[in-house]
Amino acid sequence: MTQLALIAVGGLFSASWLFLVSLGLTLIYGVLRVLNVAHGSLYALGAYLGSSMVLVALEKGHGVPVSYLILLGAALLVGLSVGPFLERVFLRRIYQKEEVLVLLLTFAIFLMLEDVMKLVWGVQPYVVNAPYVALGVVKVGGVRQPAYPFLLTGIAVTMGGLVWAGMARTRFGKLVTSVIEDREISAALGVNVPRIFTGAFTVGAVLAALGGAFTAPMISVVPGVAVEVIVLGFAVVAIGGLGSIEGAALGSLLVGFLRSASVHLFPELDLVAIYLVMALVLLFRPQGLFGRAEMRRV
Amino acid sequence: MDRRGSLLGVVLLLTVVSWLLVPGQSSAQPPGAPREVRIGVVSFLSGPAAPHSGIPSRQGAQLLIEALNAGEVPRPYNTPGIGGVPIRAVYVDEAGPVDKQVTEFRRLVLDARVNVVVGYISSANCLAIAPVAEELRTLTVFSVCGIQRVFEDADYKYVFRTRAHQIIDALGIARYVLLVKPDLKTIAGINQDYAWGRDSWATFKETILQLKPDVRVVAELWPPLFSGEYSAEIARLLAAKPDVIFTSLWGGDLESFVGQATPVRLFEESLVAMTVADNLLVPGPGRFVPRGIVFGARGLYGPLTPETTLSRWFGGRFRARYGYFPIHDPFNYANSILGVKAAFEKAIAATRRWPTVEEVVRAFEYLEFEGAAGRIRLALGNGHQAVEPVGFGIVRSFDPTKREVTLERVIRFRVECVNPPAGVKSLDWIRRGFPGAVCP
Repeated sequence: MTQLALIAVGGLFSASWLFLVSLGLTLIYGVLRVLNVAHGSLYALGAYLGSSMVLVALEKGHGVPVSYLILLGAALLVGLSVGPFLERVFLRRIYQKEEVLVLLLTFAIFLMLEDVMKLVWGVQPYVVNAPYVALGVVKVGGVRQPAYPFLLTGIAVTMGGLVWAGMARTRFGKLVTSVIEDREISAALGVNVPRIFTGAFTVGAVLAALGGAFTAPMISVVPGVAVEVIVLGFAVVAIGGLGSIEGAALGSLLVGFLRSASVHLFPELDLVAIYLVMALVLLFRPQGLFGRAEMRRV
Repeated sequence: MDRRGSLLGVVLLLTVVSWLLVPGQSSAQPPGAPREVRIGVVSFLSGPAAPHSGIPSRQGAQLLIEALNAGEVPRPYNTPGIGGVPIRAVYVDEAGPVDKQVTEFRRLVLDARVNVVVGYISSANCLAIAPVAEELRTLTVFSVCGIQRVFEDADYKYVFRTRAHQIIDALGIARYVLLVKPDLKTIAGINQDYAWGRDSWATFKETILQLKPDVRVVAELWPPLFSGEYSAEIARLLAAKPDVIFTSLWGGDLESFVGQATPVRLFEESLVAMTVADNLLVPGPGRFVPRGIVFGARGLYGPLTPETTLSRWFGGRFRARYGYFPIHDPFNYANSILGVKAAFEKAIAATRRWPTVEEVVRAFEYLEFEGAAGRIRLALGNGHQAVEPVGFGIVRSFDPTKREVTLERVIRFRVECVNPPAGVKSLDWIRRGFPGAVCP
């Protein structure tokens, strides 16, 4: 029983984190049709900026509770500044080009941002775990568990809900949906497609930075932290279906729970769990669980 | 003197001065000496392995090479450069896949024309580079990588390793925990799922089961390399309640593990034995070493460094320049470079001229030289693989300002206790009950 409870909680933690890092990725693909490799860099920027801002705040004597707001502020700062900048300066120029060129461009941005982060923050590791420790522990099946990952779950659910509500209930969301369906017809009907692109990319960037900022208190923030995120994020998005928010949620849950179960029952499978799910799903549904098969436009 | 005479004098003076200024062969150099010895120094300069391992390694190499060229290193290395010839270092990033490292190695040898390559931290890279070094007949000295299979599964002529393989870490820490916790009944392991983690755990488990067969393994966990998130693994370890947890995690992974395990009091529930705990001493905001863990430094390095003239000099210089006492990586890189200098100068003394690579290789085999933290002896792998002692202690306190730990119950194991005899594979030696071992 204890084992089952631990698997469930571990799966929930893992799924929350995966959903947070893949939500922005799938949103950007859904709207812009861009596989954004630089998503990992935005995550890392959020982690670095969040860590260093919390560090400064703690050194200046601010209490730990403020640090959660600082992490949120850091994510917004990164997302709202770097997001529109990348979209307007770089991506906007090549939307009409082949997808592989867009992929290469975002990869180039990823490499440049990696070096920019090294220039700004150096290569020293940042461990700022006061926000993680401050939330204390809870007991699950008699075993102590950190409370902080529950906060991550809360953020993931809130963000998922906000994005879903934003898409389904707001005028902007309806415009985004129309652009997703057919950007040419939308433009012909007077929708300001470039503005929708900038908005969607910015939301995606904020989500990436939010994932990084709120993961930072759990980990040692070191160069290269972006790489793992990109690999896992793409795997989850491929499982759920490119561009599908529901797909990202289900993909995260599948991978998260399988990973947690493998740690407790078959530790040897820990490394391959995510790829196992991906291979199985793609074998039977190459477009992912919620993806739509598209006809190639000639 | 007329005008023509004074002009001639100036020309002659300029000629002499320019002759003196142009770098050339000094009288201290042996005949046939090149203008410089080019050494390729390979370590992680980017990516997750850079902060705790790659950058400290480069710092150690750079500091030593500069001091060697300036003739500032204490005896027996107080002559400038190598045989009087200045060293020029070519620093290369080890980050990236194995095939990139092989290409980079070829570029170093064929394009940058290095005479020697030192370094490599990743075990996978050492395994891949060794045959290429052999093919290109390039003297290559591995510094940090730990996998024992490099010289146990193959013979190499041009490849050396100036540090002991990982057996001393995992076997040594197993012996240590049995000494400090003789009533040990259950063990668990959390190790990254790649060669280093797998081999380390196999060595630890085999040693414990050989020395105390009634011990039960209650969890063997294999998180992916650089995963950084261990809540599921920590929950499993807390539920299993092992007496001892062994881990060979290093770098950012180790820090993340420590950061996540501390609030749930894992280090109070079980004795956690870390073979690469000295990684936690690298400076950085918020980083700490938990009390009560078994602290390993992959040999006698970091807080376990013995007092020698060279260790005082190297440790002091390193601390003055970089702000902390060197962990094992800078010491390991320094030892590789000192080994190269010792081998070259031994060959020069024998031939009385600049030696060929084959002559340096012969001089290097079975070499015993003064390392930056004690003597290094190349006793295994037909004289290509070093043996070293190892030590461990339990962390009593940590000073975050000085980045220093105070250890208690320190036990040092001599070379004959933790290294297999020549010609015997490590795991076979363990399974046969450590024949010939001399232990406390």
